[in-house]
Amino acid sequence: MSKEDEHVAKLIDGKPETKNGKAPKGDKALWQGQFEAAAKLPGANDRTISDHPLKPMYVPEDVEGTDYATEIGYPGQYPYTRGIHPTMYRGRLWTMRQFAGFGTAMQTNERYKFLLAQGNRGLSVAFDMPALMGYDSDHPRALGEVGKCGVAISTLKDMQDLFDGIDLGKITTSMTINCTAPVALALYIATAESQGVPQEKLGGTLQNDMLKEYIAQKEWIYPPEPSMRIITDMIAYCSRNVPKWNTISISGYHIREAGSTAAQELAFTLADGFAYVEAAMKAGQDVDDFAPRLSFFFNSHSDFFEEIAKFRAARRIWARHMRERYNAKNPRSWTLRFHTQTAGCSATAQQPENNIMRTAFQAMAAVLGGTQSLHTNSLDEVLALPTEKNVQIALRTQQVLAYETGVTNVIDPLGGSYFVEKLTSEMEDAAEDYFRRIDELGGVIPAIHAGFFQKEIADASYRYQREIENGERIIVGVNEFIVEEEQQIALLKIDREMELEQCRRVQGFRASRDGGAVEAALAAFKRAAETDENLMPHYLDCVRKKATLGEISEALVPIFGRYREPAFI
Amino acid sequence: MPRPIRILVAKAGLDGHDRGAKVIARALRDAGFEVIYTGLHQTPEQVVEAAIQEDVDGIGLSVLSGAHMTLFPRMKQLLDEQHASDIVLFGGGTIPNEDIQPLLDAGIAAVFTPGTPIASTIEFVRKACGKRVEA
Repeated sequence: MSKEDEHVAKLIDGKPETKNGKAPKGDKALWQGQFEAAAKLPGANDRTISDHPLKPMYVPEDVEGTDYATEIGYPGQYPYTRGIHPTMYRGRLWTMRQFAGFGTAMQTNERYKFLLAQGNRGLSVAFDMPALMGYDSDHPRALGEVGKCGVAISTLKDMQDLFDGIDLGKITTSMTINCTAPVALALYIATAESQGVPQEKLGGTLQNDMLKEYIAQKEWIYPPEPSMRIITDMIAYCSRNVPKWNTISISGYHIREAGSTAAQELAFTLADGFAYVEAAMKAGQDVDDFAPRLSFFFNSHSDFFEEIAKFRAARRIWARHMRERYNAKNPRSWTLRFHTQTAGCSATAQQPENNIMRTAFQAMAAVLGGTQSLHTNSLDEVLALPTEKNVQIALRTQQVLAYETGVTNVIDPLGGSYFVEKLTSEMEDAAEDYFRRIDELGGVIPAIHAGFFQKEIADASYRYQREIENGERIIVGVNEFIVEEEQQIALLKIDREMELEQCRRVQGFRASRDGGAVEAALAAFKRAAETDENLMPHYLDCVRKKATLGEISEALVPIFGRYREPAFI
Repeated sequence: MPRPIRILVAKAGLDGHDRGAKVIARALRDAGFEVIYTGLHQTPEQVVEAAIQEDVDGIGLSVLSGAHMTLFPRMKQLLDEQHASDIVLFGGGTIPNEDIQPLLDAGIAAVFTPGTPIASTIEFVRKACGKRVEA
């Protein structure tokens, strides 16, 4: 009888012959031999979706040398691997925050009221491309883009209509906007003032993460250096005047959507975070004055455990660097708070209903990773902006997760898993390796100019696409389990009349204001840009005098220049 | 041996989503075509001018911002106006099914939606743009 046969015989017999009556001990070498000898399924199951190598099983040796107290620890304690709050979801669920915006401010206002009525806890504004790039709706470059992938906002009136009947003193708002973020914040503050709510009371988040724009999302006006100055001005202004506002949401989401791996998303996002910390410190601010207001935004993709490990690693890396490298003293500066959105790039146009399941698994990974807020994508977002019905399904997905699955009951339930702890450490190591490479290039901005991030991401996305093309990776409904006749689903249409109506609104707004006051405010704004003066009060002044988003954005182009990306494939 | 097919991969409008454009550009290059990439945020006028100057056989336009019903027909119109109708205009992006036929009717040679195998795009380019190489 072979050793293996003997072992099996003992198991079948159920009465193993052991000395001292002890049960037989597990035999790793035996398992290893069995595993290696056996036939395995084809495909890329020995590595994650990000091409990170995986063992078939993890054992205690994989986490040998990991010190529980200092590397894993307890929720609410350094280094926060298990979560940032002592109670996590026992104390408070994540914020269900659905990103929405389309058409005119009035159309989106209706959607916000619908979402609030359905149990959405915070608002999240999606702006259209012209607003994101600094053009008014009636600019020639805006033609065909107005209200298409977000709400059209050019004027103070637009912003007031967007929040009509919604008390800005009572809700928190997240605004996904970057190069025009200071204008959006100024419009929001001025809108709150018109509701009688002072800026000190406002709560919310601006994305305001320009570094990832140059790396991945690619919406910009000025080059990186003046963009960093505007951001540090905003950080300083908000620390003093809008203390509850999260000034930057340092975003990996778009880096991942552009095709990066999980480790690249983690590393590039945190590297951007460190760059903002360094820029603000260089501008003379104390790290503990602004770091507690920095927040993060990650993608939750389809590789379940890799995502969970990524979120856990992110908290640990941020805590360590903030405490050890930047000497932050306030524990709130050490804690990485983050919003998550499920991976839009994983959704398929084929059999779009399957996106409901993808979204649900990704949302669960975000929750097991300890997210503070979550957006679940709607099944139709791969084709158009979502319909009300599909948004409701997406929100219900979060509610089922929160109230029915039980995953909220135990804090960091995967903590201690040999696999998850090992993968968390490997994610951290991969990120540290990237930090070294970025430092060697001279930091984040020189690395952007060198095209480093852009090339790393393009390489990863091409590798992934080729794996799908050659069948190593199966995407349900795309390269397997295909149906010939796809059923059509009803989509949200933005009619072309909407664009004309919005242009008329903007032109009416311009015609009704004091042109001299606008000119004077813009002139003072430009003068300030040529000095070291904080620009944020000027953004507010321009908005109060009714300058438009496009006018304010264009004003600084002669001073700061316009960014052009080196194009390569 | 005939010269290789030349393709301009283009991003127009304000849309910054360049993942698809870059993947397609690399795949076309790996398939043996000569590929030029415009970079981001081009106007239709700039794209058409580049196509004519570079004497390409086809333009592959990527649009993910919802502006496809404006950008594709505008570019086709510019090609016709500049007597460059022989340049094959095709493209892809987040384009709802119901918009595909109107785009084909407007003279866009092919519209590829998310999930299209790259091999079928390559096959299309070889057939449709190959005619111009032989002509």
